[in-house]
Amino acid sequence: METFLQIYNETYKILLLLVPILVSVALIVWFDRRVWGFVQKRKGPNVVGPFGLFQTLADALKYIFKEIIIPASANKIVFILAPIITMTLALSAWAVIPLSDKMVIADINVGILYIFAISSLSVYGIIMGGWASNSKYPFLGAIRSAAQMVSYEVSIGIIIINVLLCVGSLNLKDIVMAQQNLWFVVPLFPMFVVYFISALAETNRPPFDLPEAEAELVAGYQTEYSGMMYAMFWLGEYANILLLCALGSILFLGGWLSPVDIYPLNAIPGIFWMIFKILILFFMFALIKAIVPRYRYDQLMRLGWKIFLPFSLVYVVLTASFLVYFDLLPK
Amino acid sequence: MKLNRFFKIIFLSEFIKGIFIAIKEIFSKKKTINYPFEKGKISPRFRGEHALRRYPNGEERCIACKLCEAVCPAQAITIENEERSDGSRKTTRYDIDMLKCIYCGLCEESCPVDAIVQGPNFEFSTETREELYYNKEKLLENGDRWESVLAENIKLDKPYR
Repeated sequence: METFLQIYNETYKILLLLVPILVSVALIVWFDRRVWGFVQKRKGPNVVGPFGLFQTLADALKYIFKEIIIPASANKIVFILAPIITMTLALSAWAVIPLSDKMVIADINVGILYIFAISSLSVYGIIMGGWASNSKYPFLGAIRSAAQMVSYEVSIGIIIINVLLCVGSLNLKDIVMAQQNLWFVVPLFPMFVVYFISALAETNRPPFDLPEAEAELVAGYQTEYSGMMYAMFWLGEYANILLLCALGSILFLGGWLSPVDIYPLNAIPGIFWMIFKILILFFMFALIKAIVPRYRYDQLMRLGWKIFLPFSLVYVVLTASFLVYFDLLPK
Repeated sequence: MKLNRFFKIIFLSEFIKGIFIAIKEIFSKKKTINYPFEKGKISPRFRGEHALRRYPNGEERCIACKLCEAVCPAQAITIENEERSDGSRKTTRYDIDMLKCIYCGLCEESCPVDAIVQGPNFEFSTETREELYYNKEKLLENGDRWESVLAENIKLDKPYR
């Protein structure tokens, strides 16, 4: 009985997080397309529902009713498993994200490591999808994606070390609480910029959308997918983008804290600040998508390994020496 | 010069400029319209769906001179004629195969009595090919439906012809 109640409780909590995330993924796709259209002086989707808000739901309905085609030469098990893995991993990383000081499913001490581990795993979904399709475009897309995600994960890891040096804890709640006086975006601003750009690369967003470069690779690793399986890839991708926006706001923008601790601002519940910050970051994602052309593959790799990696390493040294010299190391 | 470029790259100045331009564009007036609900402006010379016009007394304008049939580069027009009891020559058959038509406007230009014209209507898609083989009745009906617009357009375009 006890275990049953516990399972019930956990399921309830998970659903309470997952359903809003899936709904917000739908809204964020609409928002993305809308911003993209507005920058290009178009109206964007505005027909289905008020302001076209239900456009994504209509698309989802379309995907559900489409036939799922599995290529004859594909490895069926891996082919079906790939989108499931992508989506599951993208969603499971949300377990440790604190949306406010009380709203978190798993308040574990290695939260940031957990997120890092999960997001490293998510490259498997893409590789499996590309390999199992047994076709050249998906395969090339998967290879590109794997190399890209691995390279940028390295620099994100080192950026996170910067933050961890200032906090002294791997718990995401502690990271937010350490920013009560000063958001890390101020002392670590260059790292914030590098984090943002690496997050673009990590989620295969333009200008780093080489794995699914339409002009070269049709749709990259998604080429052979159709129907709901394609939609799951797509859902996982946007859930991942939201995750990195959330992580960015936790690491650098003070999570659920209000910008200044004065009355009308700190009375607003933390979750609204969190959502607001995620939205601001996502707005930047959408803007970047609209204004930049795609990188060439060697430029992408050069940026990752020869600029971001040494730059963030130097910044780690700087942060560490600063903290030691002024005796500011967290106890 | 090299240093200048270096700082430009380091501080991502062009990206930031781009972001500001993008934000400015977000609030600018949109160039697209909600098509089925709003429609763009159409020139009086627009070459859309064909129509056969009538005189104000209801008589057909077409005199079956077959100039349009002769000039049509796609040979989409077929005309047959007869002499009426009052001595006038009129068409018994005036067919346009809208699938062959290339909407060049030569028929309209060649017509000495402004009988065959291309109107402003461009929304005449159908579900079968047969519906796009227009006969005389269909063309005259079009003419009756669009007469006010057609007359206005011909008047506006007169000085340039």
